[in-house]
Amino acid sequence: MSELKLMKGNEALAEAVIRAGADAYFGYPITPQSEVIEYLMAEKPHERTGMVVLQAESEIAAINMVYGAAGSGKKVMTSSSSPGISLKQEGISYIAGAELPCLYANVVRGGPGLGTIQPSQADYFQSTKGGGHGDYRQIVLAPASVQEMADFVKDGFELAFKYRIPVLILSDGVIGQMMEKVELFDPIPRLTDEEIKEKYPWATTGKKSGTERRIITSLDLDSHKMEQHNLKLQAKYNEITEKEVRYELLDCDDAEYLFVAYGSSARIAQKAVKLARAKGIKAGLFRLITLFPFPTVKMREMCGKGIKGFLAVEMSSGQMVEDVQLAVNGCSKVAHFGRFGGVVHTPEEVLEALEQKIIGG
Amino acid sequence: MSDITLDQIIKPENLVYTKTKLMTDKVLSYCPGCGHGTAHRITMEVIEELGLEEKTIGIAPVGCSVLAYEFMNIDMQQAAHGRAPAVATGIKRVWPEKIVFSYQGDGDLAAIGTNETIHACNRGEKIVIIFINNGIYGMTGGQMAPTTLPGMKSSTSPYGRDVNVMGNPLKVTELVAQLPGTYFVTRQAVHTPANVRKTKRAIKMAFENQRDGKPGVSFVEIVSNCNSGWKMTPRDANTWMEENMFPFYPLGDIKVDGKLVQK
Repeated sequence: MSELKLMKGNEALAEAVIRAGADAYFGYPITPQSEVIEYLMAEKPHERTGMVVLQAESEIAAINMVYGAAGSGKKVMTSSSSPGISLKQEGISYIAGAELPCLYANVVRGGPGLGTIQPSQADYFQSTKGGGHGDYRQIVLAPASVQEMADFVKDGFELAFKYRIPVLILSDGVIGQMMEKVELFDPIPRLTDEEIKEKYPWATTGKKSGTERRIITSLDLDSHKMEQHNLKLQAKYNEITEKEVRYELLDCDDAEYLFVAYGSSARIAQKAVKLARAKGIKAGLFRLITLFPFPTVKMREMCGKGIKGFLAVEMSSGQMVEDVQLAVNGCSKVAHFGRFGGVVHTPEEVLEALEQKIIGG
Repeated sequence: MSDITLDQIIKPENLVYTKTKLMTDKVLSYCPGCGHGTAHRITMEVIEELGLEEKTIGIAPVGCSVLAYEFMNIDMQQAAHGRAPAVATGIKRVWPEKIVFSYQGDGDLAAIGTNETIHACNRGEKIVIIFINNGIYGMTGGQMAPTTLPGMKSSTSPYGRDVNVMGNPLKVTELVAQLPGTYFVTRQAVHTPANVRKTKRAIKMAFENQRDGKPGVSFVEIVSNCNSGWKMTPRDANTWMEENMFPFYPLGDIKVDGKLVQK
């Protein structure tokens, strides 16, 4: 049964992992996302659904446990925060190369280096442009509420298995730590071993005598074959770009100016829209839900409809703004505003930036 | 005699040995004289003899045996450098009734993957780890390994391993034997028929332990040569291994049934 609860973002995510019918979670503590593994350990999911929870010796080990379990057809997840996500990048690249389905979450904190434990959105480049080595992409979902922290677990697993791709829930310290009401979706039963064997013939579940063995690898020493493999990956990413773009338009119908934002910055920008409207400025919000694929086509279309300027609002020195510029492609003014290094901007600052950088700039 | 053809020789009644069906027909990529081929074969023979083909998942490392999945005819996953014990853990935890093993070299297991090795062993994962120790990085062209002997030359210790500068070789097998999570720890070799037989018995015991749900890792080190990396003929390499590697890495069981063997 779906249930209404008051929860932290990290707890909602953890509860959703159990309800999504996951087979395992492998994690390692790091602020501000440690509640995920704490919640899972306290909930004893092994008794509820048979799900495995294991605290690994490092983020590196955790993502490689995910690689192994995902390669054997199971529904698995890990999560961390920025420095820990950097450690996972090798594994993510292997998972992308070997085309395995998995879900992971980054509750972003300020960087670079050990940075700070306060919220940030400075991992946009890492999340959307690669992160690890090689030509790969991953689907990136950006929740802007505790509700979406839960819902995107379910959606993320579906996308991961549909495309055999790593899916990232790119959250931040605000969304992870804040409490909101959340309607938890009905539990989905875990697949049985037999169902896994039938649904995922590529998975290493033990080779039946006389049949072809399954190999999970990202390696091919023949460069021409590797180029073919890369072309196959690119075709998949193109299909995802075509079919899986998600965004939300708020107060955009008559808007002359748009904030472009995701995650907690979108919540702040939503308030800035209200403040702007109260002053007679026709502002709207283009909220990104998928960061990859980026809603390039829709943004370009909005630009053609007479938007006078876009203000990219993000808790970084300006990362997402580059994709906005590429989408807008010079047809309208684009500027960036954001506090960073763990500082969260206020709606007033966001509005002031619109007035100065776009309207008056 | 000159009229006998190959087809006549391999008639069923003349057959004294066949390759296990769990080795593919792919030509091995290993140097002539290398121990990997034998270690692969006896591992696959054990899996076939124990009837574990349909439930075994192997993990290939990074190193000379990165392509082990080309030769081992079972379900396999290739792991990032050093991460095989974590990958094996991931599989074994979600498929506890499967048989999971990693096959790793010394650079993979005892340098870059030391953390994964120690912690998988310490958690007592019910997996088999087969560890090929040839004291050198073979695939990348003969660089110093964590197990390179003091004074031993390699392309990154061209004047010999100076332990004051480069540190000491790591006896990782003795180290993991001290952990409560290892159940069976042994060191063997595959350079003579007698040693091959002993090693096969050890590998068999390792897989039987896992099959029977014994608590902890079964860890089989195989001290092997790397004649191309050591710049020796295969025969000289084996002699050099007996004279230099075995005194430093003595063969024999270190821990059996969860108990350290008293020397």
